[in-house]
Amino acid sequence: MKLELHRLKVNALAWGERTSLVGGRLTIDGEALRSLLAEDSRFRSVALDLALPGDKVRLIPVKDVVEPRCRLDGGPLFPGFVGDVETVDEGETVVLEGAAVVTCGAIVGFQEGIIDMTGPGAEYTPFSKTCNLVVSLEPVEGLEKHDYEAACRLAGFRAAHYLANAVRGVAADSVETVVWPPLSEALSAHPGLPRVAYLYMLQSQGLLHDTYLYGVDVKRILPTLVSPTEVMNGAIVSGNCVSACDKNSTYAHQNNPVIAALLRRHGREINFVGCIVTNENVTLADKKRSSGQAVKLARMLGVEGLLISEEGFGNPDADLIMNCHRAEAAGIRTVLITDEFAGSDGASQSLADATAEATAVVSAGNANARIVLPPMERVIGFPREANVIAGGFEGSLRDDGSIEVEIQAITGATNELGLGRLSAVTV
Amino acid sequence: MTYRVVHYINQFFAGIGGEEEAGQRPLLKEGVVGPGQALAAAFGDEAQIVATVICGDGYFAENMDRAAAEVVDLIASCRPDAVVAGPAFNAGRYGTACGAVCQAVKENLGLPTVTAMYPENPGVDLYRSETYIVETTDSARGLRKAVPTMASLALKLLRGETPGLPSEEGTLPQGRRRNLFRDACGAERAADMLVRKLRGEPFETEYPMPVFDRVPPAGALKNLKEATIALVTSGGIVPKGNPDHIEASSASRYGEYDISGVDDLTAAGYGTAHGGYDPTYADGDADRVLPVDVLREMEREGRFAKLHDFFYSTVGNGTPVALAARFGREIAEKLRNAGVDAVILTST
Repeated sequence: MKLELHRLKVNALAWGERTSLVGGRLTIDGEALRSLLAEDSRFRSVALDLALPGDKVRLIPVKDVVEPRCRLDGGPLFPGFVGDVETVDEGETVVLEGAAVVTCGAIVGFQEGIIDMTGPGAEYTPFSKTCNLVVSLEPVEGLEKHDYEAACRLAGFRAAHYLANAVRGVAADSVETVVWPPLSEALSAHPGLPRVAYLYMLQSQGLLHDTYLYGVDVKRILPTLVSPTEVMNGAIVSGNCVSACDKNSTYAHQNNPVIAALLRRHGREINFVGCIVTNENVTLADKKRSSGQAVKLARMLGVEGLLISEEGFGNPDADLIMNCHRAEAAGIRTVLITDEFAGSDGASQSLADATAEATAVVSAGNANARIVLPPMERVIGFPREANVIAGGFEGSLRDDGSIEVEIQAITGATNELGLGRLSAVTV
Repeated sequence: MTYRVVHYINQFFAGIGGEEEAGQRPLLKEGVVGPGQALAAAFGDEAQIVATVICGDGYFAENMDRAAAEVVDLIASCRPDAVVAGPAFNAGRYGTACGAVCQAVKENLGLPTVTAMYPENPGVDLYRSETYIVETTDSARGLRKAVPTMASLALKLLRGETPGLPSEEGTLPQGRRRNLFRDACGAERAADMLVRKLRGEPFETEYPMPVFDRVPPAGALKNLKEATIALVTSGGIVPKGNPDHIEASSASRYGEYDISGVDDLTAAGYGTAHGGYDPTYADGDADRVLPVDVLREMEREGRFAKLHDFFYSTVGNGTPVALAARFGREIAEKLRNAGVDAVILTST
């Protein structure tokens, strides 16, 4: 399996008559893209805006972030959504690095996030550093929330594909090649280095808490083995409307930093043999089934170490801890990535579940910590949502346009794939 | 400007006497006494010890509340900007008194406080969350090292600065989680930690696991037919419009709502305030989360005596455990006082 990511750097966005990429400046034919997205009859309106790093702009409420990409080899970009349901473990893919499509829509109101492009809030979100095409989507009257979510999800993917596809002929700034061997070779490679797998937990509690693998809602899967190249090439996408701080955007899946970190150490410090995708379900029976199967796959691979990432908080903490407990009981050493809900004063317990075996935990920060986001010159979206957004409270939106919220409301603030540098300590 | 500081010490460090003088009642002396000299030297010109409050350890231990109030009154009379207590080293009653004084000063006067103790002093676990406690050795031999650390921390607090990490300030952790940005991203830190763990090398977890309370369930009802049953939910069911403004996440409150005469939670009258699940079905029919309709039927059939007139509701979504525990205690108290025999707890 060989994946080539043809990276084209983007450091500026502008409107123009034809979509093109010259010297890092991506010019977008807004009218063509808007008409394309407006073909979806579920939308009453489609509005496009640009938001660049340093702009005095606030985006709210943000649903998803997608990195613009297209396939050079004819394969699907997001199997099951954009393109056919073909396997994406290999291929040649154009990546507009530094650009992002941000979809905005008040689907559930309180389950979307905030992105500030400058100021104190900007430090907490990875998407203050990307050049963002913001797609604001309003539904036709009476559209049911689940249909609205599906429509927004697809619109983000289509916009991401449109941008990359329009500039696919431009020479890449760099080409990243990942060659993934057959399992028989992978398991016997690098003798002397510890064998390691990645246990990739995906939010699948249902009712707008959904993630898709090859277009399949992952609450319907048994844990399964995937190649890192499949994740890097669009196999997993977000369909989530949960707290913005620790839901994995599609962008975070496309650029999964755990996979990148393990690949960097592969062959030097560890022998990375693959990714086990599992889900986070609501019933105890489902939790036991998935946790048992996930750890069984790790045992079949004969790994000594398992890096486990969570998505969300509260109920999924139980899945995280169960996965840790079962793996350690099977003699597999674990490291967990989670975030914390320790109260705004930091004095409360951080997780909803715990086990003594969880001796190695990376914290992505306390999501209850509060921040005041100063007023911005321009707000794209619907600022009134700040009062009801998860992490906000009545009075969050002040008269001067500033917002006092928990960082929970900031998109990607405590990302549990370990995308950011935020963490917490006991003082 | 020179900050005004009051120093609290016991009868022994004040030179009054040992155990035989432990009954000493609180008294105020102007200026520095005993270890206050070293503290004053460490403050330099930036702060001045305007007075020293002295109390016997025995008196304080036997009259905790009264002694703390008396000490606070003496301290308040000096109009200080901050209070420093101890160091108490490993003296248990002294450490407890220092902690209690700091807590009372914080609560009543709102002033910054610093004390110092040996980590195993019982005062540490009692008061670590209420004041800053500088770590000392177990005996007064450590005075020379402890005092400059206490002074430097007190000055930081007086200037309104946020203290650094416990390891930087020389303090014992208070047990609060504080956010910071580390040098590497979380994924890189996790991969490094895994490599170390697999090699058997030392590593430091970023979140030590807590120990959980386990609450044994109450015994079964003896007679369901005579029972009054209440409904309590963390699923956020509230009267339409969320009159108490319960937050969608990290709820700071719960609501108490009268359902006497209500047979059914209709979409017109009720919905959810919860921000952690898809509200479509709860808003459509709140009985799905809080089954008033079914319980009314059972009440009419005589399966149990009465559905309690009030239900209690909060949002269990990222709500700190400490707050949730308080809501639980308060709600349980109200239910017990109302003579409720059993509760059905629903989540989402």
